[in-house]
Amino acid sequence: MKEHSLTKRLSSALVPAVPYLWLGVFFLVPFLIVLKISLSDTAVAQPPYRPVFEWSDIAAFFSGLDLENFALLAEDDLYLRATLSSVRIAAISTVLLLLVGFPIAYGMARAPERHRSLLVALVILPFWTSFLIRIYAWIAILKPEGLLTQALMGLGLTSDPIEILNTEWAVYIGIVYAYLPFMVLPLYATLEKMDDTLLEAALDLGSTPWRSFWTITVPLAMPGIIAGSLLCFIPAVGEFVIPDLLGGSETLMIGRQLWSEFFSNRDWPLASAVAILLLIILVIPIVIYRDVEARRVETRP
Amino acid sequence: MNRRLSLFNVTSLVLGFAFLYLPILLLMIYSFNASRLVTVWGGFSTQWYGALFRNQALMEAAWVTLRIALLSASMATVLGTLAALALTRYGRFTGRTLFTGMIYAPMVMPEVITGLSLLLFFVAIDLDRGFWTVTLAHTTLTMCFVTVVVQSRLMTFDRSLEEAAMDLGAPPLRTFFAVTLPLIAPSIVAGFLLAFTLSLDDLVIASFNTGPGATTLPIKIYSQVRLGLSPEINAASTILIGLVTIGVISATLISKRSVMRSQRNAH
Amino acid sequence: MRRTFAPWTDPDAKPLIRFENVTKRFGDAMAVDHLSLDIFQGEFFCLLGPSGCGKTTLMRMLAGFEMPTEGRITLAGQDLSGVPPYRRPVNMMFQSYALFPHMSVEKNIAFGLKQDGMPKAEIADRVGEMLRLVQLEKLAKRYPSQLSGGQRQRVALARALAKKPKVLLLDEPLGALDKKLREETQFELMDIQHELGMTFVVVTHDQEEAMTMADRIAVMDHGRIVQVADPGEIYEQPKTRFIAEFVGDVNILEGHVMGQESGLWRVKTASAEVPLTIDDPDEVLHSGQAVAIAVRPEKMTIQREKPGPEAVNVLTGEVWDIGYLGDWTVYRVRLATGEILRVTRANVSRFVESPIDWDEQVYITFAPGAAVILAE
Repeated sequence: MKEHSLTKRLSSALVPAVPYLWLGVFFLVPFLIVLKISLSDTAVAQPPYRPVFEWSDIAAFFSGLDLENFALLAEDDLYLRATLSSVRIAAISTVLLLLVGFPIAYGMARAPERHRSLLVALVILPFWTSFLIRIYAWIAILKPEGLLTQALMGLGLTSDPIEILNTEWAVYIGIVYAYLPFMVLPLYATLEKMDDTLLEAALDLGSTPWRSFWTITVPLAMPGIIAGSLLCFIPAVGEFVIPDLLGGSETLMIGRQLWSEFFSNRDWPLASAVAILLLIILVIPIVIYRDVEARRVETRP
Repeated sequence: MNRRLSLFNVTSLVLGFAFLYLPILLLMIYSFNASRLVTVWGGFSTQWYGALFRNQALMEAAWVTLRIALLSASMATVLGTLAALALTRYGRFTGRTLFTGMIYAPMVMPEVITGLSLLLFFVAIDLDRGFWTVTLAHTTLTMCFVTVVVQSRLMTFDRSLEEAAMDLGAPPLRTFFAVTLPLIAPSIVAGFLLAFTLSLDDLVIASFNTGPGATTLPIKIYSQVRLGLSPEINAASTILIGLVTIGVISATLISKRSVMRSQRNAH
Repeated sequence: MRRTFAPWTDPDAKPLIRFENVTKRFGDAMAVDHLSLDIFQGEFFCLLGPSGCGKTTLMRMLAGFEMPTEGRITLAGQDLSGVPPYRRPVNMMFQSYALFPHMSVEKNIAFGLKQDGMPKAEIADRVGEMLRLVQLEKLAKRYPSQLSGGQRQRVALARALAKKPKVLLLDEPLGALDKKLREETQFELMDIQHELGMTFVVVTHDQEEAMTMADRIAVMDHGRIVQVADPGEIYEQPKTRFIAEFVGDVNILEGHVMGQESGLWRVKTASAEVPLTIDDPDEVLHSGQAVAIAVRPEKMTIQREKPGPEAVNVLTGEVWDIGYLGDWTVYRVRLATGEILRVTRANVSRFVESPIDWDEQVYITFAPGAAVILAE
């Protein structure tokens, strides 16, 4: 397939050029703007809004940059605590997701082949229904006099209303619930591909089922474990809706902080600085994820 | 071949799916509650559905959301398909690493960052926020998902089919439309549906980029939820879930039939 | 030397493996049907049969991956019922090799030894020994994905042998290798088995493989064993038409027994004008019985000239097809009845004057002792 005519070459160059340009304009440039604003004075970008990009004066553009906003972030330990708390909550949620998701994915991979596509569809289906609605559903369940309390009291397991809503536990439940498909599907994809005779070989060589699980199944499911964990951890760190609706006012998370800097305090440069901070925390996991995912897609048979 | 479900496997599947579906089911049941209190059953009633349809603001938000979703999903499908073709068919072009980075990053990046950065961009270029800014923002986010869906289909695509078409005298462009496109069509449809749903569902990015007259349904629901539970929201959710379920099931059946048809033709 | 090894002929010998009336059902399907079989210490035993005959199920029951529905299996006198695979002194070489992709060659071979809690130094020694046995010392650090098919097969063998199992099970051990390598490996497997004096049980659908390697072959069909014997007997004295047709090529002529004359059976067939004379004294037949006469292609002669009156078992036909294979030439000859016979002739000379040609009228003859009578 060799085309030498210029028009044809141009038209085929359009295929990568159009999406490339789009992402450049709507993803990369906005990003650089966030970086720029995070380095500018509060007054410049304070509402009422006015364009902050002065194309004519590049020297002024650079001289106007300073680290004031980041200094502010460092001074106020609210941001540090919010960052640490976000990472901690995301990490614990990821571990919980693994614990909940692995048995489900394993059960799906062991199910008879004719049922598997149905099971996959059942895992995906909740994902198609609104995220907000799914989180909303939990409020009614976890409320002090909500459905969970009613059920437990009905069973005689507790006599007092239990306090889950507006605690960190509610945030864990919400994250596990909302992100479960993102954990189960990559795990299932690796477990389903796994050759069963490898487990038989391990048993044949004297390894008990429990040991075979740890020496064979888990290492071979590692790509799925890594992909699933990153896919859950990264957005969980910046999660806003779940802590806002389910967590109490003392549940500190950086995404929520960014939201309130932006919408309540209207301090855009500070919000931008928080965004950059969040991105710095996530840049390594995102790069790893991109690599893992690109390799996974491109090596698929 | 001799996979067997143990009791443990069955138990984890049952508990797992109960966990996934019970909350949604409860939400739907309580949309038929006669009582205004969402967690106390007061008898069967459909009054909240009536109230919902009389709620002008909510209906308007639903209409805006639908338009944004249709438009952004259409643009995202075109852009995402082009990007998938670029990634699978153009080998190592300049800046490919940056390109794949820009495809994968928006999918995992916290929405607050994407939302904020796009907003600041729109402010910087002095574009009034509203319907179009939300649409552009959604297009950017969802085209990445379309890319991944279409790309994974193109990866498993048998290139010899295209070679056969060209061998039989079809020029590249005609080969693409006569052979490649029909065969990857199911994945393009799936990508479109995914983009459409993501746009319908998005709260965070829309909140940042919306303006007067472009309040989407999630924004509306969110502001109501913050004020407390309301059976009207349950009713709205039930309708949405019902529509999505019907959509997903029919999409699955269509793709299944097309798979079966292509398999039958293959043998 | 190997010929003298025949413990199965000794009524006092204790078998190492004993299947006692073993049945295995999967739902309604009967995979193994009331099967009894003894295998002796040091034997190279082959389970041969078409796919779905139950040979793999039989082996998997021995390994412990399947449990018999009825009957029992004993190993060295010990009942194996309820013993899980990881407690059986039996190791298996899998058809797919089932090498652990995340472990190096060394680690794969050491895997079984580690499970037994063997000290590290001893494991290292044993792994080294195994690597030498299969001549892979240089590849110890490689991963399975970096090996060729033949090398993987050796790693799988070494891994299964490392624990010195009482019985080594081999599931289609050569199935994934190309023809040349397969032949080499057959002899290597035989040497290794001989050197270690271990009992090998091989499952295969390839009769050539079974014939070359085995001390004894059990031919299986529909969950039952049809015949257990050494390769020569299986080939020359097949018990049923199924075995005759499954093992090697064979020509079958159908007919009816006329009677016995001085120890030779006379059989009337549609294929030959004169009744055929067959030397198969062990068969117990009665007049009028429907039988099949089986003759191997290499035991028939083909000629252009009409044989003399003293010749027995003469068939006439015309040459339908000729296939030149180098060492052999295969003739497909069509009889007046429409039957096609396959006759092979060794190409002992490089030049043949006026060779038999297509469409020529030819005579096929075979000696009374060349044929076997199979009761229908």
